[in-house]
Amino acid sequence: MSRARADEEEYWHSSKFRAFTFDDEDDELSQLKESKRAVNSLRDIVDDDDDDLEKVSWSGDPVGSISWSIKETASSSTSSLESRDSSLQKGYSSYSAFPKQASSYSLSSLFKGRNKLPSFQSLSDALSDTGVKNYAPELRRPKAEYKDYSSDWSPKDTVRRMQRGKVCSLERFRSLQDKLVLLDEAVAGHDGNIITAVLIFLKRTLRKEILFQELEVRQVALCHLIHFLKETGEQKLLLDLLRFLDRTEEVALSQYREHLNIQDVEKRREFLKGCIGLPFSAEDTSHVQDHYTLLERQIIIEANDRHLETAGQSEIFRKYPRKASILNMPLVTTLFYSCFYHYTEAELSALQIPDKQYVLTALAARAKLRAWNDVDALFTTKNWLGYTKKKAPIGFHRVVEILQRNNAPVQVLQEYVRLVEDVETQLNLATKYKCHDVVIDTYRDLKDRIQLAAYRCKVERGSAEEEKIDSILNNTQIRWKN
Amino acid sequence: MAFAGRRDAPEPPDFAILKRLARDQLIYLLEQLPGRKDLFIEADLMSPLDRIANVSILKQHEVDKLYKVENRPTSSTSDQFCFLVRPRIKTMKYIADIINADKMAGRSRKYKIIFSPQKFYACEMVLEEEGVFGDVSCDEWSFYLLPLDDDIISMELPEFFRDYFLEGDHRWINCVARALQLLNSLYGPFSKAYGIGRCAKMSYELWRDLEEESESDSQGRKPEIGNVFLMDRDTDYVTALCSQVVYEGLVDDTFRIKCGSVDFGPDVTSSDKSIKVLLNSQDKVFSQIRNEHFSSVFGFLSQKSRNLQAQYDRRRGMDIKQMKNFVSQELKGLKQEHRLLSLHIGACESIMKKKTKQDFQEMIKTEHSLLEGFDIRESTSFIEEHIDRQVSPIESLRLMCLLSITENGLIPKDYRSLKTQYLQSYGPEHLLTFHNLKRIGLLTEQSPGETLTAVESKVSKLVTDRAAGKITDAFNSLARKSNFRGISKKLGLIPRVDGEYDLKMPRDMAYVFSGAYIPLSCKIIEQVLERKSWLGLEEVLRLLNGNEFSVTESAGEDSPAWESQRIILTVFLGGCTFSEIAALRFLGKEKGYKFIFLTTAITNSARMMEAMIETKA
Repeated sequence: MSRARADEEEYWHSSKFRAFTFDDEDDELSQLKESKRAVNSLRDIVDDDDDDLEKVSWSGDPVGSISWSIKETASSSTSSLESRDSSLQKGYSSYSAFPKQASSYSLSSLFKGRNKLPSFQSLSDALSDTGVKNYAPELRRPKAEYKDYSSDWSPKDTVRRMQRGKVCSLERFRSLQDKLVLLDEAVAGHDGNIITAVLIFLKRTLRKEILFQELEVRQVALCHLIHFLKETGEQKLLLDLLRFLDRTEEVALSQYREHLNIQDVEKRREFLKGCIGLPFSAEDTSHVQDHYTLLERQIIIEANDRHLETAGQSEIFRKYPRKASILNMPLVTTLFYSCFYHYTEAELSALQIPDKQYVLTALAARAKLRAWNDVDALFTTKNWLGYTKKKAPIGFHRVVEILQRNNAPVQVLQEYVRLVEDVETQLNLATKYKCHDVVIDTYRDLKDRIQLAAYRCKVERGSAEEEKIDSILNNTQIRWKN
Repeated sequence: MAFAGRRDAPEPPDFAILKRLARDQLIYLLEQLPGRKDLFIEADLMSPLDRIANVSILKQHEVDKLYKVENRPTSSTSDQFCFLVRPRIKTMKYIADIINADKMAGRSRKYKIIFSPQKFYACEMVLEEEGVFGDVSCDEWSFYLLPLDDDIISMELPEFFRDYFLEGDHRWINCVARALQLLNSLYGPFSKAYGIGRCAKMSYELWRDLEEESESDSQGRKPEIGNVFLMDRDTDYVTALCSQVVYEGLVDDTFRIKCGSVDFGPDVTSSDKSIKVLLNSQDKVFSQIRNEHFSSVFGFLSQKSRNLQAQYDRRRGMDIKQMKNFVSQELKGLKQEHRLLSLHIGACESIMKKKTKQDFQEMIKTEHSLLEGFDIRESTSFIEEHIDRQVSPIESLRLMCLLSITENGLIPKDYRSLKTQYLQSYGPEHLLTFHNLKRIGLLTEQSPGETLTAVESKVSKLVTDRAAGKITDAFNSLARKSNFRGISKKLGLIPRVDGEYDLKMPRDMAYVFSGAYIPLSCKIIEQVLERKSWLGLEEVLRLLNGNEFSVTESAGEDSPAWESQRIILTVFLGGCTFSEIAALRFLGKEKGYKFIFLTTAITNSARMMEAMIETKA
């Protein structure tokens, strides 16, 4: 033990600091892999029995835990815990340790068997020993059950008593003055539960305009009422309150929020249409308008494509069946979908989207289909002289990354790697994705003989790349920098 | 790690009694409904309950079947139902529906609701409105405190954050006050209380009220915890928004630690099943790496596995007797270590795979730029591209919030363009998310006509001079008031580093963020404890919007010899991250303090962002 400790100390102190990066896959991961190998090699020595392993069900919860048991009830709600346990005991008969009863036994004895087990120290004994008898875990009947009918408590005392869980009648606070003093006392008491309780009483006994008016100058209480109305779903009163306060933007958002609860798409579309005229900020009005347009479009696309798919006429749907409906998806997802299934159709122009977002999405969709010509066209521009040039609103390193994720062939990949502006990034990407030609050409251009020679062992023996390296290294025209 | 020559931090008090108290009270409450019964448990309460009780305990108290509280009618035939729930309106309606359905069917049962940690009047009102008030009996299970580890106690109230900071609802303050009362009675009396934030102040006041009323006799008792420090989460959002890079934080960010345990999936266990692992100081491997920067963890694990290998290899030369000894004495420990080691190696591997896939390095770089306040334009474009590529919606939100808070709001042009792109990438309904973020102050728009004080414009000039040649940047930062920058400068949150920051032998709390930033929350605590007051921090307090306090509870008893004076209960209202815990543990080792963490819940950036998203009712 002490030796191991010393080893660790030594480790923490001696090992030299090295800059750490999460990109440094090679180094750090290989270190990890090495540890993993070491540990795994020990597995067959260790794996013969699992006695100190926690028993875990297939869902991953320890057997016997409450979460596990609830899942079990859910999957077979007819069998009681008892029968379940016995059946499990059969199943797990090889494990002598299950079920463990020891700890629970001593616990129940706390309440049932104090006399039978005199050696066990009960909770109350333990408490009085340490001199904390004054802490009351309320093992008597809860306070709430006590009723108190005395009616001359001051507002302050009333609040205080309510805070202690005692039932207090508020009915005698009848004048507006009394009601407001009560509310202010509740706010001063810092207990939100009481503030809400008083508000419920005020809401019941005051005309709403009077209540709203008084709350306007009582911000803390106002927050409580708004939250309460949100939670109880009293939408109408909430909107009245917000209108009274002139919080028009919140009125709009609060109404717009209701669309989340509408499942049926047609109804949802109708609802959103109605939202467009609500008093949003100018900016949000256009977002809501866009939301409506998007859903409207999605409903059309969905109906159309479902038909195409079931008819089985369209090749693309046969080859790549849809995984999910496009309804209620974000705009970019819809764009991706359209670029995937409807690239050549005019459909696309209906979706208004910034250049960057469009290019990223279209690229991902076309690359997934391995439509390299479309990818090519996406970045090709012609200038007025008719020369073509490759341009992208996003960095070409991103383009490379997306292509690579979609398993683009090296020929395609290296074309874009060459377009990466920063030489260092270009070299890194080329090395990472094995675009040998790019690496070789770059080292040649950098006149870096040492690196080029080192790279020779990374290409296949006897390959065209090796030949190319050799011919460059043998080229006497090049003035190497090293 | 050894810190020779320093005062050793005292041992934390034993919190196991808190579990026993909670368990015993629950058992008592279950027995209030004698006979066989079905128990319906709120999903959020399942994991906490698992930490203090198990199925056989429930069974011994005549619980027959267990159900999760969710929206589906039950087919149970039991004639007693017991509901163990959080005090929520939605749940009340669910219960009322069950009772009313029974009434319709002419079926009579007994119903009991056990509210944890307390009952709300609004819940009773719903029961009354639904016409079931007299049909159920209600009780409270005062389960305020769940010890997750030797030094972490959680209230397991993640909704505290949204309820208080977004909705302005004070409903949980009473629970905090009661939790303090309980801890004070068991481990106090606390002799000194510090705090910052409005909620901290209110919790403190309510707690004092409770103490005065309970007239408990704590005189002459030797306290185990001497100081308490309360802090509102909104004092420091920046720290909670940063990517975590200490092991425990990274595990939380990647796999979500729930109630002190984590589900390692097949990718970690390299088998076809998931394993639930308890992560705490009992785990001999985890306890040594939890607070370390991720980069130090690999080396440690490989060293550890080499040691293990060596210990196994000793078998080779053994005779029968030695072998017998080895098997009976050492093998079990080695096996246990082997199991833990392979789990944590698996976890590291999985983390590395995920992080390399998602440009983690670039993201960290962006975060550091934001913290330091240069290359703002580049960071903004990084975030934009992140959104456009539909990378995680939560990460995108988090980065925008970090940009907003460090820059004191986004310039209107950026705000609008990022918001539009966000809605296009992740769905228009996030309009509501943006509204919430604006209300809570996490993602705001600078109002056009903001004027600057002389100091502030000087500060922002200094900041932007570093990003030479960026005229637009200089112009933009002139138009914002820079609280985070100001605070950061005053407290020296960005360490000056010559050369590389040694993450294995850290010199300050900044190591939890790769040496780039000292967590603000922790720095405040450090400063106040050092001064034993807020004196000298006036300027920082002004920038933080004040609401600080410092009260000496028991005058004259300030005897520094007591170990308890070096034990500090830090209360995070609205959640605390594992990075903050690691940073304060480090500070504790350096200065000989022992920090006990009491938090409304363990949080991280993703949980905070998710709390801002509207979901259907």
